[in-house]
Amino acid sequence: MPADGHLERLKREGRIVVVGASLAGLRAAETLREEGFAGTLTMVGDEPYEPYDRPPLSKGVLLSRTTADHTALPRRRNLDADWRLGIAATGLDMAAKRVRLADGEEIEYDRLLIATGVRARPWPHEREAELDGVFVLRTRDDATALQKRLADGPRRVFVIGAGFTGSEIASACREREISVTVAERGAAPLVGALGGVVGEVAAQLQRENGVDLRTGVMVTGLEGDSAGRVRSAHLSDGSSVETDVVVVSLGATRNTEWLAGSGLGAGPRGIACDAGCRAFDIRGIVTDDIFVAGDVARSPHPLFGYQFLSLEHWGNAVSQAETAAHNMLCESVDRRPHMWVPAFWSSQFGVNIKSVGVPSMGTEILISQGSLAERRFVGVYGYQDRVIGAVTFDQARWLPFYEHLIETTAPFPPPFPTVDRRPEGARPVPADFPDPSVPTHGPTVTLSGYSPADRRMTFTPGRH
Amino acid sequence: MVRVVVDLNRCQGYAQCAFLAPDVFEMHGEEALLYKPRPDEAHRDDVVRAVAACPVQAILMDRSDETVTVGEASDAR
Ligand SMILES: Cc1cc2nc3c(=O)[nH]c(=O)nc-3n(C[C@H](O)[C@H](O)[C@H](O)COP(=O)(O)OP(=O)(O)OC[C@H]3O[C@@H](n4cnc5c(N)ncnc54)[C@H](O)[C@@H]3O)c2cc1C
Ligand code: SF4
Repeated sequence: MPADGHLERLKREGRIVVVGASLAGLRAAETLREEGFAGTLTMVGDEPYEPYDRPPLSKGVLLSRTTADHTALPRRRNLDADWRLGIAATGLDMAAKRVRLADGEEIEYDRLLIATGVRARPWPHEREAELDGVFVLRTRDDATALQKRLADGPRRVFVIGAGFTGSEIASACREREISVTVAERGAAPLVGALGGVVGEVAAQLQRENGVDLRTGVMVTGLEGDSAGRVRSAHLSDGSSVETDVVVVSLGATRNTEWLAGSGLGAGPRGIACDAGCRAFDIRGIVTDDIFVAGDVARSPHPLFGYQFLSLEHWGNAVSQAETAAHNMLCESVDRRPHMWVPAFWSSQFGVNIKSVGVPSMGTEILISQGSLAERRFVGVYGYQDRVIGAVTFDQARWLPFYEHLIETTAPFPPPFPTVDRRPEGARPVPADFPDPSVPTHGPTVTLSGYSPADRRMTFTPGRH
Repeated sequence: MVRVVVDLNRCQGYAQCAFLAPDVFEMHGEEALLYKPRPDEAHRDDVVRAVAACPVQAILMDRSDETVTVGEASDAR
């Protein structure tokens, strides 16, 4: 059995390189060791820190409950790895199976895992972006700098973009009693991820907590004083806001530039891979030795008609990393598909917001439990007569139930009574997602690509 | 060194952890959990108890003492 012999050798003395030493990279490395990989494991990361956790950066860190340098992730086991931290990977030679590093070193691999994630999209006007007081929030360093500025007691913080991160930043400011203005191009906060019905609740939440929320506007420019400090922001409705801190929260860009010209199917939308996390090359042929996981991946999901999903979610990074690592070490028939049901959490303005499935695929929403007015509810999203996602505001305990509905492709609207159903939950209403061709600020699920499910619909005989 | 991360997808806000290790875990609003990812060594035993008590096993604590400092070729073993 030559194939088995090959795998045994890989496990015993093979070389595995992980590029991107953050959440996905770390969890993959742990899984590789757990599953018996005893060879050389090299972890390459361009940040000069060991893997750390990002969600606290917009929550506990900005509230000064903890500091950004205290966010290093706990380890499930010893890794016995060679670390190349503070050094970026700059190129990939697929034929020679080599990763090139910024310091000139070249590392050979038998298996490669790419987990280079995303970075914050900067303010597009470079000179304005460089003004003192203009921040983004993605890394430990970003968070340390912003936290310090908030502690200095700015007169006002101006947040561009009301996605999850922007909204959490605004929430932290209000909790610290700092005046904050939020500008959002869409009709409400969180519309890209949760739609207009729930976005309206998020808008009320912001306003009630004293956020000066401006929706349906674009920021046209940032202005600095003679010392190069940001002084004001100008909006498309002709108004301007005086501020001494601006946080640009316009979503993320995938870290794939280092793969340009390598022949791997990597681009601005991420790295496409199959359901088993194997990367596609530019010819659309799946590779045998290059795997992808986390925010940088774009993978077809069996539960969602094999649509390619890019999920910028913590849980996805963990689960996909585990699946990729497992698949790196086994025979074709023993590989597993990445079938994790998308899940996300955010806490803002004292409310625990969680979701499962893919709400942004939904066309309709039903408030199946609780009430929008009370900010305590479960919203179920429907797509083509099935349950496709759910969101809870302070009702997290019900979420596993809805996850089960999604996994079993339950009909929408759910044909059974639910606890605490109100009159407003009698009928589904349009979920009110913005036109996908109009960019909003940072939805955290991006749908793209070919969908066999949609295609199949056209062949199904119509009901009369 | 104590390092902690909570899988907040899994966490159901039962607050057992906040009860057992109040210096590390606190409820923020009705059901959101806020925690210190690097608690003081003095609270290690409390965290161990919280990990054991969490009904959904959402809390992960270090099972390794390995750390890396930048510039090192490999870990301290
Ligand atoms: C402020 C903030 C709050 C968040 N809150 C939540 C939340 O509440 N809930 C939730 O579900 N998710 C949240 N997330 C998202 C979550 O943190 C991400 O999904 C997760 O970090 C993804 O992990 P990853 O390892 O795939 O990518 P990343 O964490 O992006 O890591 C990629 C790593 O690769 C490095 N890298 C990139 N290019 C190279 C290169 N060429 N060579 C070497 N290294 C490279 C990067 O510098 C980075 O360290 C939040 C994210 C942020 C920034
Ligand atoms: S005990 Fe577990 S489920 Fe309960 S709040 Fe703590 S982490 Fe969450």
